[in-house]
Amino acid sequence: MSDLNKKSLSEIVNLIKTKKISSLEITNHFIKNIEKGKKLNSFITTCFEESVKNAKNFDSKKNFDGLLSGVPLAVKDLFCTKNVKTTAGSKILENFIPTYESTVTNNLWSEGAILLGKLNCDEFAMGSSNETSYFGKTINPVGKDLVPGGSSGGSASALAANLTPATIGTDTGGSIRQPASFTGTVGLKPTYGLCSRWGIVAFASSLDQAGPMTKNVEDCALLLEAMSGYDQKDSTSINKKKENYSKNLSENIKGLKIGIPKEYRVENMPKEIDNLWKKGIDILKKSGAQIVDIVLPHTKYALPTYYIVAPAEASSNLARYDGVKYGYRSKKGKNLIEMYENTRGEGFGDEVKRRILIGTYVLSSGYYDAYYLKAQKVRKLIKNDFDECFKNVDAILTPSTPSSAFRIGEKTNDPISMYLNDIFTVPINLAGIPAISIPAGQDDQGHPLGLQLISKALDEQKILNIAFAMEKNIAFKQSLNRWWE
Amino acid sequence: MSIDKNQVKKVAKLSRISLDDSKLESLSKDLDSILNFVEQLNKLDTKKTEPLTSIVDKTLEPRSDKINDGKIKDQILKNSPDKNEEFFIVPKVIE
Repeated sequence: MSDLNKKSLSEIVNLIKTKKISSLEITNHFIKNIEKGKKLNSFITTCFEESVKNAKNFDSKKNFDGLLSGVPLAVKDLFCTKNVKTTAGSKILENFIPTYESTVTNNLWSEGAILLGKLNCDEFAMGSSNETSYFGKTINPVGKDLVPGGSSGGSASALAANLTPATIGTDTGGSIRQPASFTGTVGLKPTYGLCSRWGIVAFASSLDQAGPMTKNVEDCALLLEAMSGYDQKDSTSINKKKENYSKNLSENIKGLKIGIPKEYRVENMPKEIDNLWKKGIDILKKSGAQIVDIVLPHTKYALPTYYIVAPAEASSNLARYDGVKYGYRSKKGKNLIEMYENTRGEGFGDEVKRRILIGTYVLSSGYYDAYYLKAQKVRKLIKNDFDECFKNVDAILTPSTPSSAFRIGEKTNDPISMYLNDIFTVPINLAGIPAISIPAGQDDQGHPLGLQLISKALDEQKILNIAFAMEKNIAFKQSLNRWWE
Repeated sequence: MSIDKNQVKKVAKLSRISLDDSKLESLSKDLDSILNFVEQLNKLDTKKTEPLTSIVDKTLEPRSDKINDGKIKDQILKNSPDKNEEFFIVPKVIE
């Protein structure tokens, strides 16, 4: 089967279930692609021997009950995988081999999927370009000099280059949706609490969510269905019945009300992003949806709020890396305190240090009220904005990012300009609601651009349906010449 | 408010992160620009706003007070950079 690279996840599942292809054949196909795709540096770890063993095992038992029967998948290196190295893109976890499996990856394996390897990401998921990884930057298959976005940059790169038929990432401020937008793929950040955080290396616990990254909306629904679900081991996990997102996928969106927030028309936004947005609005109108102007007045305060809340939570979460229980330990230092300081000084990269220091500062005595408490209050206002809007509309349409993929090195010297990349995605994490990014067009250089659909909490089916209807009309095509092979 | 080199040193001490003196200058600049950026929030009046304390509308579920794992000492010690059969080993803390 020579056109395997054109097959979606859902198609591959069908090929396996109808016995047109074996799990071993498809696994070997992706292993070959990964070996030819080394230039992209999208993988930190591969586990081919295990993958082949598991594929053979699947073929000998042939249990087609699972949603992902016999499908090989690579996942972001932020998910703990039992007996397979998990680094979070950091030197401090360079040799960490978990003795347990994250709930979300465990859900995938229970549905019949097979692990191919672990994908590169910004260190501890802190970054928007995949340039902060200790294991080197990942390249965007769209262009040799382009970043794939971040922090799930390795995931987006591997997916766009067909090194995995689908993947999962995590999204704290846009880390699934922005790389999806930069690589012409689909990415969904679920409602906070829909996917278990247990066994995922923590960054900012009130914002982190795992989600699917796929070639199309149908695959996205399928993978979300497989990975989501209540988990007693995560105290913020939502206890509700599992949804059949893929079965219930429908392109009928007649009569739905879609809000267009004027605050997302930011200064200096490139004309092509504005045009893309208008194109999206036209498509929705044609599909029978009703367009409504809405206001989200506190939008501009989302980024500054995020850059207090996220570093504060990160500084607490990353206190666990002390060189004692696991991970890297410095050989320097005369006593325990010096050992801690040197371990963390040598083990963390610059961006992680910046965020720990900011987080420690805003939580420190005398500054807590001025920064952290203030940010929690503004976060409430941002959430109220969305609650108010969703009384009148079913979903909100915005661009996913304020630009297409930027060049490697372009923003590394200025943290603020890097942070501004997440201006359209961050408010959604602060409000704990779901959003999906779908490829919707290209700029004049042929680089992909995405549109984002947002809904109220637990309304994933609705934005999947709207995305499904828009996808048909947009008919986005991306032909990459596989220059990396 | 702005942050100077001495404050950065103090915060680094609180964070238990050793800093290279050569990096102090650029790091202070970065942190100062981030703090300036987040200070936009002061323009908002939030006197009457309650802080958001949880994004999920649920109360913690009690569970029965039973051990559900345990006897996994070897697993817990497995990834430690310095250990013996029973303990993590750290530099001496008592003279």
